[in-house]
Amino acid sequence: MSGQSASGARRSGADAASSAEAPVVEARGVGKVFPGVTANAGVDLAVRRGEVHALLGENGAGKSTLASILCGLYQPDEGTVLVDGRPVTLRNPRDGLARGIGMVHQHFRLVERFTVAENIVLGDRRQPLVLSAGRVRSAMVELGERYGLSIDPDARVGDLAVGEQQRVEITKMLYRGVDVLLLDEPTAVLTPQEADALFTTLRAMAADGKAVVLISHKLGEVLAVADRVTVLRDGRVVGAVAADATDRHQLATMMVGREVDLSPRRAQSPPGVAVLDVRGVSLRPPGRPARLAGVSLQVHAGEVVGVAGVAGNGQRELAEVVAGLRAPTEGTVVVAGRGTTGRGARAARGAGLAYVPEDRLGTGLAPSLSIADNLLLTRPLGFFVDRRTATADARCVIERFDVKATGPAAAVRGLSGGNVQKVLLGRELSDSCTVLVVASPTRGLDVGAIEFVRDLLDERRRGGVGVLLLSEDLDEIRALADRILVLFEGRIVLERAGGDADLTELGLAMAGAGA
Amino acid sequence: MNDSAIVLTLAAAVAAGTPLALAALGELLTERAGVLNLGVEGMMLLGAVTAFLVGDATADPWLGLVTGMLTGGALAAVHAFLSVTMRANQIVAGLALVIFGTGLSTFLGQPVEGRPLTARITTAAVPVLADIPVAGRILFQQDLVVYATWALVLAATFYLTRTRAGLSLRAVGESPATADAMGVRVAATRYAHTIAGGLLAGAGGAYLILARVPSWSQAATTNGVGWIALALVVFSSWRPLRLLAGAYLFGAALRANFALQAAGVRGIPAEVLALLPYLLTIAVMIGLSFSDLRRRAGAPAALGLPYVRDER
Repeated sequence: MSGQSASGARRSGADAASSAEAPVVEARGVGKVFPGVTANAGVDLAVRRGEVHALLGENGAGKSTLASILCGLYQPDEGTVLVDGRPVTLRNPRDGLARGIGMVHQHFRLVERFTVAENIVLGDRRQPLVLSAGRVRSAMVELGERYGLSIDPDARVGDLAVGEQQRVEITKMLYRGVDVLLLDEPTAVLTPQEADALFTTLRAMAADGKAVVLISHKLGEVLAVADRVTVLRDGRVVGAVAADATDRHQLATMMVGREVDLSPRRAQSPPGVAVLDVRGVSLRPPGRPARLAGVSLQVHAGEVVGVAGVAGNGQRELAEVVAGLRAPTEGTVVVAGRGTTGRGARAARGAGLAYVPEDRLGTGLAPSLSIADNLLLTRPLGFFVDRRTATADARCVIERFDVKATGPAAAVRGLSGGNVQKVLLGRELSDSCTVLVVASPTRGLDVGAIEFVRDLLDERRRGGVGVLLLSEDLDEIRALADRILVLFEGRIVLERAGGDADLTELGLAMAGAGA
Repeated sequence: MNDSAIVLTLAAAVAAGTPLALAALGELLTERAGVLNLGVEGMMLLGAVTAFLVGDATADPWLGLVTGMLTGGALAAVHAFLSVTMRANQIVAGLALVIFGTGLSTFLGQPVEGRPLTARITTAAVPVLADIPVAGRILFQQDLVVYATWALVLAATFYLTRTRAGLSLRAVGESPATADAMGVRVAATRYAHTIAGGLLAGAGGAYLILARVPSWSQAATTNGVGWIALALVVFSSWRPLRLLAGAYLFGAALRANFALQAAGVRGIPAEVLALLPYLLTIAVMIGLSFSDLRRRAGAPAALGLPYVRDER
């Protein structure tokens, strides 16, 4: 998906920096331990001027921790950070900025209520005591032209789209004169077009003699934009390779530590009886356009039905109606022969439905409760809670799903994205369900976890469960679904068999042009 | 005209609103840094009693004012230590400050309870301006603290909106993580503005005893003004100019009792009129207890939240 077009501009800057020159920033034997987790151990990394250096690794591999150490946010427990060949102690981000190292975090460090210009001058000691808007403005125009970053200085940051906010972050760092820019998963929030624009900016920075460190777990974008790739796994460096001397397969294997299989999986046997029957479901909030209009679909035992669509076209509503969280204005939902329409989540679950919502920490799990307590949420409970069984259950899930956590008592909030999803799947899949509704199950997960989740869903399918898979990610739908439906503005506009669905046709239908 | 009941009432409202404005302006600065200090009443009481003792002993009200400010600042420093360094619950720490300030001021004030203060801050009419009809009587026949309050309010507005330090302050209150990442000293900013808030609350308390209330009495000196100040900050949407206007409105409410009686309005019991400022406070607090409203009103997003950098 991401950014192949930027590859043309690649490597022009790398030649400018000879390998004899000292790295602009370097980590030697860096280690960092957080309570219960070793985030980094003996990490070596050398970043040179004029290169885009990718830090590749799965979630929890220690990429963000390493970058946070390099920018001064965290202090290493052991090892040294060198800037231009000299060891330095970066006590805080201020020290990092003073040495020309800046970081764009995954969660932006922007004051939403401030204007763009205010965010850019914040904390800048070169500004006069009484601020003047003119200086910033002209500097922004110059940076904008040089690196393709245009933003209105007077816009309120909270009103900007995510891609624009990211441009503010980058402009802010450039304005502060950074030589090294670290970006933590910058494309996670971008559309493919925005990602391409970002890569062009990053290449322009490298061509200008700056060093760019790109943290990512996406193989495609790393290969498209980086000059060199350092792969991390479990807090250690697995290897550092030149991007043009490697390929997806090698990188994936380095990253996960074993061979990964992301090839499509289909049902092996013909589907059985209908276990989920949705008929004529409409959802019309008063005074607003319909969210769902006459949706009918059936899911049979042993089949995965994928519902594709651009966000906001009714997938979330459909999932919630099926799961019993919303009552439809019209239509019926039948789960395993029992009508559950508008009778609430309890009735749907009672009929044998399990639901893995897209919003894992909002709807799926209670973030501040422990793993054990979260697993209890869907169990039938008496007046007293049987803690021993609950703990044993949690241990089971942790072991079976390889959840990286300190134990059953660990709060879900503290887990990484992949592990959160594993806990949720562990809860929903260990029930004896006949219908499984899953929304974007692999969103934000790394390669190893994606493979794991797909295997799991495939295993359920073979076990005779009917799976309704809702996702915006066509790759995900195409990798699993036996039948694909496309939802556009609350209507099903296309239905195809999973094997012979054409990507262009699906894409057009999702955009509303196909039907 | 100049001595009509309404003019006199408005002049009294300005005077009555001044301690409120000082204390609330201090709390505004504190809250803009993201620190909630509910201890305003405690800081005012302690500022008042120490101002009384020093003013009484030295016969110099200005020395009393400075002392009151310093004790208010010292108490606020304790709050800053608890909420910034120790990351304590700021509501609990603030309430502890009230209990401590009330207790200590009662203890210190015991020997002088009921004694009138002779060294007082007196009216200093502004030449020329004081002769303007009506406005001159209301605004320019006041004392130096009233004028200083206007200067402080204007300075605070300029500081918040136009200066580098003010921008850093607002960032610390809105998003300390952002401020930290951009090289602003979060803890130092919070300490400085919490203590500044204490200095102003102390000044407000001192001014009450030095200019408004004739003699020290623990119960009658602040009369809950510290609590009203908290509501006033919210009422002002964290903006100094609105805060000043609000302070005079509350000041008028505090004086309405006397004014309406003097004007011969009957039918409303005096007790109900005396309730007016407190009812106004409750109304503001209820309105702003809806978090949506609070956000729209401009509450600092990180208000009351301790900042921890190394959290994962």
